[in-house]
Amino acid sequence: MFRRTASALLALAMAGALAACARSGPDAAVAAKAHGPIRVWLSNNAQEAAWGEQMVADWNKLHPGQRVTAQNIPAGKTSEEAISASVIAGNTACLVFNTSPASVPQFQKQAGLVNLDDFPGAERYIEDRSGSLADQYRSEDGSFRQLPWKSNPVMILYNKKLFKKAGLDPDHPKLATYDQFLDTSRTLVHSGAAKAAIWPAPSSEFFQSWFDFYPAFIAESGGKALVEKGTPQFDSPAGRKAADFWRSLYAQKLAPQEAYPGDAFGDGKAAMATVGPWAIAAYKDSVDWGVVPVPTSDGRPASAVHTFSDLKSVAMFSACKNRATAWDVMKFATSRSQDGKFLAATGQMPLRPDLTGTYPDWFAKNPGYKMFADQTRRVVDVPNVAGSIDMWQAFRDAWTKSVVFGRQPVDSALRDAAGKISDILAEY
Amino acid sequence: MTISQTNGPGRRGTSRIGALFAAPYVLFVLAVFAVPLGYTVWISFHRFYFTAPGAGVDSPWVGLSNYRDVFTDPVVGRAFLNILIFLVINVPLTVGLSLVLAAALNAKLPFRSFFRAAYYVPYVTASVALVAVWAFLFGSDGLVNHALGGLAPDPSWLVNTHLAMPMIAFFVTWKQLGFFVMLYLAALQNVSGELYEAAAVDGAGSVRRFFSITVPGVRPATTLVLIYAIITGANLFSEPYLLTGGGGPDHASVSPVLVMYQKGIEQGHPDFAAALGIVLMVFVLAISLLARKISERGE
Repeated sequence: MFRRTASALLALAMAGALAACARSGPDAAVAAKAHGPIRVWLSNNAQEAAWGEQMVADWNKLHPGQRVTAQNIPAGKTSEEAISASVIAGNTACLVFNTSPASVPQFQKQAGLVNLDDFPGAERYIEDRSGSLADQYRSEDGSFRQLPWKSNPVMILYNKKLFKKAGLDPDHPKLATYDQFLDTSRTLVHSGAAKAAIWPAPSSEFFQSWFDFYPAFIAESGGKALVEKGTPQFDSPAGRKAADFWRSLYAQKLAPQEAYPGDAFGDGKAAMATVGPWAIAAYKDSVDWGVVPVPTSDGRPASAVHTFSDLKSVAMFSACKNRATAWDVMKFATSRSQDGKFLAATGQMPLRPDLTGTYPDWFAKNPGYKMFADQTRRVVDVPNVAGSIDMWQAFRDAWTKSVVFGRQPVDSALRDAAGKISDILAEY
Repeated sequence: MTISQTNGPGRRGTSRIGALFAAPYVLFVLAVFAVPLGYTVWISFHRFYFTAPGAGVDSPWVGLSNYRDVFTDPVVGRAFLNILIFLVINVPLTVGLSLVLAAALNAKLPFRSFFRAAYYVPYVTASVALVAVWAFLFGSDGLVNHALGGLAPDPSWLVNTHLAMPMIAFFVTWKQLGFFVMLYLAALQNVSGELYEAAAVDGAGSVRRFFSITVPGVRPATTLVLIYAIITGANLFSEPYLLTGGGGPDHASVSPVLVMYQKGIEQGHPDFAAALGIVLMVFVLAISLLARKISERGE
């Protein structure tokens, strides 16, 4: 009796487990031509969510038979983790308006993304909208599995009030060269004007390098990505100079080794921050800010400085049953008209080649954004390679050890990290 | 005869009813423990990653390859070393402090109920809130460093390679203490008061009574506390994750479960994470058995 009961229970449990495993997604050929209602996920940034609601309302007014519903990306430590979990569960929204390019290779490996090139004219549409910048966002097989949507080029925002308090000229800050930046930082901290000159998170999460090393390396190298053609680029004079610059900031206690539990720049604890244009709306009521490009060792003019794009894409996920509608919504949401509304609502930069020429009236009314718009012409993103997150984690581990805590010389740390990254790239 | 006739079928009937009552729990254990465990073992021997439904991706058998990766990964080695550091600090402190406190709180003290509740509060408070308190105390700009002035460590407590893991061990000890005090308080109710009275009559002092009556009297509870503390330590995740920003400087406070999270969830290598999970389970079993042997020695 007991044996029979146990066998029955085991069979039940196994059946449950197998039923859970025997999952199926929508038929790709049918879904590609299907129209109907779809769901989209939006960032939880307030301005961006407001634009998303308006865009969806505009669409629904024109297409009552293909209703779109919008909601914020489910909460998680990062959006990417929530999206990855939903890919596995098969319940991702059709479109996600805030997909990190660093996660695209992983979503692709999970068979979670729809190849946009499958839609007639998609490649042409993406290239026309974004120009040559679009090429960075092709997958390794040359296809587009993301539509590069909006850029937040990283620049140095500074607090004019704290600069003035330190006896510095807030309208002409000396921040172009590494030496100038370090001098200015010492003045800010030693005068007591700010606890930190700059305070990026020094912690070990893989993505933190996008806001300290990577913009500095891109600027110093004249626009190189971390990895190009399967080879790490940062074990180079430019990489070493950028890393030495940051190591000086930490060694001289101008940047703290401990993460700030909040927003150090917003709270006036740090005099500078590496941020994109989203920060203008965020700080407009709390900080009297100014903006300059990322420094380089030789102090290049702003028009020659490249930086990290911090771009987000729109991606279509394979759980989508009505992909024809999703593709139409993708084009509608990235049209010239909707991009203009997006720019006005959020201050973030749609990835268009001539942004200021496309929306001249808006930039005339909002001159603070012009420097960011100009910077969008010279942006570099994360490499679109398999193993992207492993690669960034390997780099971050070397960074925290050598640059933040000075426990290994920069030269050998960068060499070791380049070796590890080469191994990761070879493994995939 | 009557008795035997009643007992025979009765026992069988009881067995059926017992099985029926046990069935939901057995099913629960199979569904949420046995099947996932078996699946984890299976994953650990295959090249595997999670995919969208219907993706039809192969998961080839790779033998011990994932285990080899686990054993050769320096971060994993560091994580296990960290756990050993944690256990060396946390387990003796937990057992010692909770037993002493429980013995004290078992005596007739003024405000006894208040103290019992006070020790229990950190245990039932969310980790995130407690981490904020700890960061307020031990952050580089925290209260403790202000009090210490020039004597404060540099780098500060939570980002110091040598201090980060001990800080986590002290934090967890403080947080969990109330729970273990409760366990010991329950165990102390079973220690006969007559033993204490007899020992007192024989002239035994309070220290002698503690070591000769209290400690042996709560030995089963000590075994439980030891094993529970070891398991809690081995499953350490939220404290290093929240307190030291995802593993601290140079992995100084990384734990095996944190590595599992980073590899399995963040980096998309569930096969590596599964193998690490199995290794961790064996490690916990071995240490728990060892602790049990030691605590029950001479019983």
